[in-house]
Amino acid sequence: MSQVLHTPPQTQAAPHGDLAALAARHGLTVSGARPSLPEYIRQLWARRHFITAFATAKLTAQYSQAKLGQVWQVMTPLLNAAVYYFIFGVLLETKKGVADFIPFLVTGVFVWTFTQSSIMAGTRAIGGSIGLVRALHFPRAALPISFCLQQLQQLLFSMAALLIILFAVGVPPALSWVLVLPALTLQFVFNAGVSMILARLGANTPDISQLMPFILRTWMYISGVMWSIDNLLEKHQGMPTWVADLLRANPAAVYIDLMRFALIDSFHASQLPPHVWLVATGWALLAGVGGFIYFWKAEETYGRG
Amino acid sequence: MAENATHTAPTALTEPVDERAPTVIADGVDIVYRINGTGSGRGSATAALNRIIRPRQAQKAAGMRTVHAVKNVTFVAYKGEAIGLIGTNGSGKSTLLKGIAGLQPVENGKIYTDGQPSLLGVNAALMGDLTGERNVYLGGLAMGMTREQIKERYQEIVDFSGINEKGDFISLPMRTYSSGMGSRLRFSIAAAKDHDVLLIDEALSTGDARFQARSAERIQEMRAHAGTVFLVSHSNAAIRETCDRVLWLERGELRMDGPTEEVLEAYEAFTGDKKKPKPKPKPA
Repeated sequence: MSQVLHTPPQTQAAPHGDLAALAARHGLTVSGARPSLPEYIRQLWARRHFITAFATAKLTAQYSQAKLGQVWQVMTPLLNAAVYYFIFGVLLETKKGVADFIPFLVTGVFVWTFTQSSIMAGTRAIGGSIGLVRALHFPRAALPISFCLQQLQQLLFSMAALLIILFAVGVPPALSWVLVLPALTLQFVFNAGVSMILARLGANTPDISQLMPFILRTWMYISGVMWSIDNLLEKHQGMPTWVADLLRANPAAVYIDLMRFALIDSFHASQLPPHVWLVATGWALLAGVGGFIYFWKAEETYGRG
Repeated sequence: MAENATHTAPTALTEPVDERAPTVIADGVDIVYRINGTGSGRGSATAALNRIIRPRQAQKAAGMRTVHAVKNVTFVAYKGEAIGLIGTNGSGKSTLLKGIAGLQPVENGKIYTDGQPSLLGVNAALMGDLTGERNVYLGGLAMGMTREQIKERYQEIVDFSGINEKGDFISLPMRTYSSGMGSRLRFSIAAAKDHDVLLIDEALSTGDARFQARSAERIQEMRAHAGTVFLVSHSNAAIRETCDRVLWLERGELRMDGPTEEVLEAYEAFTGDKKKPKPKPKPA
């Protein structure tokens, strides 16, 4: 059949029904259709090595041109902590009434940075890797998850810096340090969920990534990163209770306080919000499961148009 | 490859028994691109705000334009075929390839495929700041290979790329490679995986003559493993060498579909490429 088709092209030999039947007979499937949720999870699991390799590669590529190389992994968080100490500890004196202010502040900054950069990376997860999305087939959720994993690795370096600080200011090691693991796991799930939500939003509306820094900064200031929510509530006794509850139920504040409780011996359980582990798990499940399903729902649309 | 003696006959579509196994079926496929921001509205803040609040209504005002890149294309590709896609620039060849790969949604019609067709290319997954070695692993994982599979083929990939012929370059960051070295390594990584349906977009023109010969050979090999190979190229010589069937797209329409020589002759007449008249006798 090598006839020249003139415009408009005449209908080919087989009408539509026949081709569909032919496809069905040979078990051909529609190209580019969204897989079912269990199938999607299976595909994602099959790509787990890619997810980790991509995260590690991004992390190492980050400082590969710098003379000091990977030393910056620890230097950057330390310098960040120094800047925040100077501004909030020395200039603004938020350290009043907070025991072990340096570890308190540094823990807050590191844990917050983990959530913040995960979410920022999430908004650019699809748009920033558009070449990858347009060239290769893989469950797209691999991208936001991989970016969050990169941030988690980054945080582990920061934690090493934090350990140095803890020793330097004389906070003794304690059994409660083990609690870092469940706290980080929950926070990672929460971050991954939120960044999947923003990955979908950011894929449709790239403008989100312009807006996010402002939202995140506001969120940071109400999360008690550099100051103690407890102290604030004591100072303003007249505040309605729902404001206090809201401030304490804020997921960022919850994860930050859990980490402080785990690492700093002068940060007591009484300073934690009520049912803190339950709240932390709830946020993680809500964001993690909800974000994953929300992201999967638009799987076939990423990187198109 | 066993059955490529008989060429696609439309009758094959209607014979339910003893038919060849199809690998890709395109059924009246239309592919349309939507392009934002071609109007004058984008620059002003109020227009942008309007777009966010009322995306549907504002689409026209914002100059949403559509490009009908592929129009009502129907064909059936069978196991063992190597199919060339030709056409002048902007005729929709690459778009059709993306549609087959499931990376570009179709507007009307359906594309059915056997397994997951993949584009030959891992460029986007590779990172210039990493060594060639790490990129081999990263690229392989991105294509869905397991670590073991990559380890198994690692030496093969490096040897094929010829990166190490002039020294130990594989342990240097990829950004230090010459452009030829880089594209050779990229092709080698991409070609390391066996695909059911392989889609190649102008990949044969990389590297020096020796590497081009090697990659043509590798494509033949992959074709033997793969069900079907699609090749987009502007090099008629490459198409002649690799393909036994050619689809000619022009302005998004399938203008001709048939054995390589017939279609290429018509195409060459169309483009006025009289420089290379084929010595072959005309088909009766």
